Amino acid sequence: MATTTTLPAADYNHNDHHDHGHKETFITKYVFTQDHKMIAKQFLITGIIMAFIALFLSILFRLQLAWPEKDFPILEVFLGKWAEGGRIKPEFFLALVTIHGTIMVFFVLTAGLSGTFSNLLIPLQLGARDMAAPFMNMLSYWFFFVACVIMLASFFVESGPASAGWTIYPPLSALPTAISGSGTGMTLWLISIAIFIASQVMGGINYISTILNMRAKGMSLWRMPLTIWSLLFTAILGLLSFPVLVSAVVLLFFDRSMGTSFYLSDIIVQGQILAHEGGSPILFEHLFWFLGHPEVYIVILPSFGIVSEVISINSRKPIFGYHAMVYSLLGISVLSFLVWGHHMFVTGMSPFLGGVFMITTLIIAVPSAVKVFNYLATIWRGNIRFTPAMVFAIGMVSFFISGGITGLFVGNAAIDIQVHDTYFIVAHFHLVMGSAAIFGMLAGVYHWYPKMFGRMMDNRLGYLHFWITFIGAYFVFIPMHFMGIDGVPRRYYAFTSFEFMEKWLSVNVFITWSAIIAGLAQVAFAWNFFHSMKHGKLATQNPWGANTLEWTTPIEHIHGNWPGELPTVHRWPYDYSKPGHSEDFIPQTVPYSETMSSNLPHDFEGNPEAERIQREWEAQQLVVDEEGK
Amino acid sequence: MRLKGFIHIKGVFGLVFGLLFLFHSPTFAQTDTASATADTEQVATTDSSAVDSATATEASSDNATAEVSATSAPESANATAVAAEEDPGIPAQVYVNFFYYVLLFVLVCFIVTILGQVLSVYELTQGLKRRQAANNWHSHQAWFFLVGLIVFLYGVYWSYANHGAQSFREAATEHGAKIDTMFIITTIITTIVLILTHIALFGFAFKYRGSDKRKAYYYPHNNALEKIWTITPAVVLTILVLFGFFTWRGITNIPEEQQKEALQIEITAEQFAWNIRYGGRDNTVGKRNFKLTTPVNGLGIDFTDKSALDDIRAGDIVLPVGKPVHFTIHSKDVLHSFYIPEFRVQINAVPGMPTFFYIVPKYTTEEMREKVNDPDYNFILLCAKICGSGHYNMQKKVIVVTDAEYKEWLSQQTYYFDDTMQKEFKEQSQSKQANLVIDGNKMVSNN
Repeated sequence: MATTTTLPAADYNHNDHHDHGHKETFITKYVFTQDHKMIAKQFLITGIIMAFIALFLSILFRLQLAWPEKDFPILEVFLGKWAEGGRIKPEFFLALVTIHGTIMVFFVLTAGLSGTFSNLLIPLQLGARDMAAPFMNMLSYWFFFVACVIMLASFFVESGPASAGWTIYPPLSALPTAISGSGTGMTLWLISIAIFIASQVMGGINYISTILNMRAKGMSLWRMPLTIWSLLFTAILGLLSFPVLVSAVVLLFFDRSMGTSFYLSDIIVQGQILAHEGGSPILFEHLFWFLGHPEVYIVILPSFGIVSEVISINSRKPIFGYHAMVYSLLGISVLSFLVWGHHMFVTGMSPFLGGVFMITTLIIAVPSAVKVFNYLATIWRGNIRFTPAMVFAIGMVSFFISGGITGLFVGNAAIDIQVHDTYFIVAHFHLVMGSAAIFGMLAGVYHWYPKMFGRMMDNRLGYLHFWITFIGAYFVFIPMHFMGIDGVPRRYYAFTSFEFMEKWLSVNVFITWSAIIAGLAQVAFAWNFFHSMKHGKLATQNPWGANTLEWTTPIEHIHGNWPGELPTVHRWPYDYSKPGHSEDFIPQTVPYSETMSSNLPHDFEGNPEAERIQREWEAQQLVVDEEGK
Repeated sequence: MRLKGFIHIKGVFGLVFGLLFLFHSPTFAQTDTASATADTEQVATTDSSAVDSATATEASSDNATAEVSATSAPESANATAVAAEEDPGIPAQVYVNFFYYVLLFVLVCFIVTILGQVLSVYELTQGLKRRQAANNWHSHQAWFFLVGLIVFLYGVYWSYANHGAQSFREAATEHGAKIDTMFIITTIITTIVLILTHIALFGFAFKYRGSDKRKAYYYPHNNALEKIWTITPAVVLTILVLFGFFTWRGITNIPEEQQKEALQIEITAEQFAWNIRYGGRDNTVGKRNFKLTTPVNGLGIDFTDKSALDDIRAGDIVLPVGKPVHFTIHSKDVLHSFYIPEFRVQINAVPGMPTFFYIVPKYTTEEMREKVNDPDYNFILLCAKICGSGHYNMQKKVIVVTDAEYKEWLSQQTYYFDDTMQKEFKEQSQSKQANLVIDGNKMVSNN
């Protein structure tokens, strides 16, 4: 950059298209809003509500697993015929598991996480007035909302919600005679997901085009915060993989409603010979996991980005190995398209193919390991401030390690024979993409809450929330590994039919209590979140001492983000505790000419003119120093 | 600001008392009618003590809001009672119990709030400035992480020693032993990584806790270090991958000759049962076609195929020890998964596509019983792929015996092609011939 050592160019005129005269009504401000900050809040609050619903569902099926022989009459009050006499029915148990998984993966960790932070951070951290296509952005949210409503509506149909597992493998999901949830409930599931994908695609196109086209002056790609890099890769993954799920869903719809045989063949159900011939459920599995695997990275990448940012800010240190972090994100993103077969080692897919997928799968552990080591190097010799966001970020790294290393078991085709579809896999993914991603999301919420609502959340409730949730999650998922090694399959309604599972009954009670307590701890979060909107301490403009651009906007939200012209970026976002500078952070908007005492040779990226100015200044300083002596 | 917060707390008090009265009244109304189980009593006692303590707190804080909500309570209580009467299926006591639990939770929240206020007051009386108080909290977190590290390390040890010991059993097949070796190597490597990274993560969090006197070390990158921790995992993973790849190929890539020589057993899964068919004298399971399925011929065996005639129906999977077995897995309806944990065997049952697994059992059931020191121990076949409401109870006993015992057992089993099947087969072939004639006529007329 030729201008790095000069004063910011003042003649950068942004084409300000906002009409300051028009009046905002309640509808245009809060409902059909096109402002990215409000849409981010909409995504977040919808995501939180959906998360609470899914959490509640999980508590319901945990009750059944812990006390399979006990009645809970209160359940009949709000579940009606699905829990006659206070005991959840096997089919409804499967429905609970299915909808819990679907809501958590798609509605909370995909839309709730990347929807919120893409919308909030992309324009704010890049220095843009809004998204590239605000109207489409609005549609993206409302499609998502409709998808949520349809998914929840399936609880109110006669035959019950979809209950073939969140992976909806046919033929189970295609045959209402095989399980009642595959009737209307599954139709609603398919419609909901189709709408959801439309929402994701609209959002994704928007995020990518905003990141690539609407960066502020001086914001080169290599000066973007890691949050933006991760959101960029997330959007690309989503855009490339979600349409494949549409094809899977549409073909399943044809099989269900129009008598085609894409996935069905040789089926006799309840003594009835079906006419389907020549299809293969394996085809569905391939299509599903071609989305499904990138999907787990869609879930975890935004958390990576958020945690990188939060750890760096609160350690008061630059993120270690910024370039390595970006390349590992890139590596993970590319590899994530080549590993879907590891979900299918024992499905009857060609064993040779299984071997190939195993190789690509274990390779993906390398960039993941690099990320973990870089986090550790970032907090090493830091000056750590344990804000609630920071403790959640540390928790996320811990979950990612504990859940990630078990990936070496399930990614290895030979060992996967033993633990496939058991509680081991349940424990693995709940830690590595469930708990880790949700902790990344919570870190983000605690960190950017002042930006979203102009007020601070209560720290102490945040700590309470963190410790109970952190310990609770470990208590819930660590024992599950051992159940899986013992050979307890997942999605079992009760452990009472097999003698060897009886030793796990008491463990199940322990897990359920942990889950209930951790679940109740979320009330502390909900209270903190909603109460602080009105009653929290007023936030300052840059409460965390962060470098990125969003903290240069006024606390009061305005449409267009910055009053006057857009900021100019002069440096990378991680100049924390730079030696020679009086403060421990230097915002991205500060030019090098104002920080002569802390500039380093590599700051100038080989610009000879800037280096010359710096050398002259240093020589002059030397003279001044000597004269001083 | 602080005063405002306090007023708000009063509001919460009021709400809590309102709720207390609301939920308390119906209990008096129903104590005589409702069947009080031991469970209920327990809850009731806990809660009445809770109510007492709450009332005591109320006395100390003069509160107008509480009284206001209390007056409206009886009406709402009646409404609850009416709602309960409308649905005769559920006794009202159920609602009461539920509300007690809710109340208990509200009370806990309440105590947390009080504790929070006490802490604030403490901080104020200590004359701490806001910034100092925040710093205190930060250093508490650092200590928590240190304690967390110790608890974590002990937890890992405890889990391995207790849960690990009760979950890991030696494999009972030859290929299973290879999987176990891989499993143990992977466990050792991952445990080392888990412990070291956590010591670093929580340890650094404690050691480098923030202080105003210190500045962090500006350390944006170190290419040598980054290369080391890219290459080290890469090397370790390459070893694991190669080892795993050859183990996997060794399990799945059995030469066809060898497969044919093994004992042929066909397993057909359906909701929610397993059907077992042995190849019989010729050690070949006969062909089948799903269109031939009838109530009698549940598997749709094609008896025009000669090798199907001697196929044997079995109640349990009985295997001779030390002899190779080749399983062919089918499904009649949805996906199932053929899973025998001790054998390290799992493969999905896919409708329309047979799958295979080749094993050599290493121990008889008796030997395994001695190993695990449990006289009732059995190998068991489970379904590991979600398949419907009976998924959790889709089992079959697997018994491994000596060769002599196996032969004796086999001689007692019956053929699939029994009397009823033969009768049906005859009728079918007759009607088929008739159909053929009709079809032929149709062809003629079409032309």
